[in-house]
Amino acid sequence: MTDPMLPAPWRIESVRKETADTFTLALAPVNAAGPLSFAPGQFNMLYVFGVGEVPISISGNPLEPSPLLHTTRAVGVVTRAMWKLKPGDVIGVRGPFGSNWPIESTKGRDVVIVAGGIGLAPLRSVLLHVLARRADFGKVLLLYGTRTPEDLLFRAELRTWAKRRDLDVHITVDRATGRWRGNVGVVTTLIGRAPFEPKNAVAFVCGPEVMMRFVSLELRKRGVPEPQIHLSLERNMKCATGFCGHCQFGPEFICKTGPVFPHDRVKALLNVREL
Amino acid sequence: MKDIKALIQEHPFFSGLDAAYLDLLVGCASNVHFVNGDFLFHEGDAADHFYVVRAGRVALELTVPGRAPVVIQTLQAGDVIGWSWLFPPYLWQFDARAMDTIRATAFDGKCLREKCQANHDLGYELAMRSANIMLQRLQATRLQMLDLYGQRP
Repeated sequence: MTDPMLPAPWRIESVRKETADTFTLALAPVNAAGPLSFAPGQFNMLYVFGVGEVPISISGNPLEPSPLLHTTRAVGVVTRAMWKLKPGDVIGVRGPFGSNWPIESTKGRDVVIVAGGIGLAPLRSVLLHVLARRADFGKVLLLYGTRTPEDLLFRAELRTWAKRRDLDVHITVDRATGRWRGNVGVVTTLIGRAPFEPKNAVAFVCGPEVMMRFVSLELRKRGVPEPQIHLSLERNMKCATGFCGHCQFGPEFICKTGPVFPHDRVKALLNVREL
Repeated sequence: MKDIKALIQEHPFFSGLDAAYLDLLVGCASNVHFVNGDFLFHEGDAADHFYVVRAGRVALELTVPGRAPVVIQTLQAGDVIGWSWLFPPYLWQFDARAMDTIRATAFDGKCLREKCQANHDLGYELAMRSANIMLQRLQATRLQMLDLYGQRP
C-alpha cells in the first residue's frame, strides 16, 4: 500500500483552457503505475512543486480513468501556478480521497444533476458514468447555472449532451451577454419545471454553498426526499486523510467523510455561520 | 381543439382553482400568439393585460442607453408574465420580447380587476397565487444579485 501522504509524480499531457480562468489538466503517471482507479465525486491533492498543494476534484470518467482529468479555476496561489504549467511538466498527485456520489444506489431512479459554476467539474465524472451505464437509470437531467455564457465549462460537450435524446440538458446564466439566446436566471428556477419524478429521483448537487442550500430547498419543494439529495462540500483540505483537522465541519471531516454528503446529514451545519 | 377554459385549467398558475372561478376568468381571457422578435409589451405602456405562457420563451428586458438591452430574466411555458396590471399606475416596467413562437393566454387586467372587486374570494385566490410567484421571483433575484459564481481568492 502506498503512503497516502506521499505525492506521486504525474506528467501533464495537455492543458485545455475551458474559460478565461478555468482549465483542465490531463495527467499520465511518470512511473509504471497503471491508471488511477477512482469513484465519481472523489478528489486528488495536486502538488505544484515549490508552490503548494490543493484539493481538486476529478472531472474525468471513472470508467475511462486514463488520462486522469482535473478541472479547476485559477483563483489562488497554487491554481494560478498550475494554470501556467505546460505539457511535459510534472506535478505531484495524492489520492483519490473522500466519498463519492452514491451511484450504485441510484439505479432505476431518475438522476437530477444540478451544477453551479465550476461545480460542473466533479459532476462531469458522475454524468459520464451514468451515460456509460444509461440503461441502469430512469430520466437523466443536467441543470446547469453559471455567471455568464462565457463561463460555461465543457462547451463542446454541452452541445453534444444537449443533442442526446436520453439526457435532458437545461442551462441558465445569471447575466446574458453577447448573442446568448438561452435562459437567464438562477439555476434554482430550472428545478420547478424540470421533467423528473421527485419521489423516485436522486439529486447530485455541486456549486457554491449558498447555491446548494437554495437548490436543496427547491428540490424539497418539488418533493425530492432529503436523503436522496446529495451535496459536494468544500473546505480547507490539507492532509486529505482526516488527521490535520483543517477541513473540519462540525463533526465531519470534509476530506474523509465527505466531500459528498446526503443533505439530511449536513443540513443543520450549513446554516451555522461559524463553520 | 381545446377550448380556452381547458387551456386555462391546464396551466400551473391556475392549478386546483375552483371551476366557478374558472368560468369567471374565461370572460376576461383570449388566446394570443407571438413570433420571434415580437414584443408582448414595452416599458411605459399601459399594463392592461397579463399572460400565462403555454409554449415558447420570453425575455424580460431593460433598455440601457448606449448598450444592448439587458435581459433580466427569461420566462417560458408554465410561467406567468406581468404584475403591473394589478397595481396603479398600471404601466409596464420592462419590455417583454418573444424569443421564439409564443402561445399564451392573455387576460384583460381591467376586466379581472372588476371581477376581483365584485368577488373578493376570487380576488384573494388570484392575489395569493400572484404573491407566491412574486416571492419566488424575489428570491431568485436576490440570488442573482449575489453573483454566486464570481471569483473568490
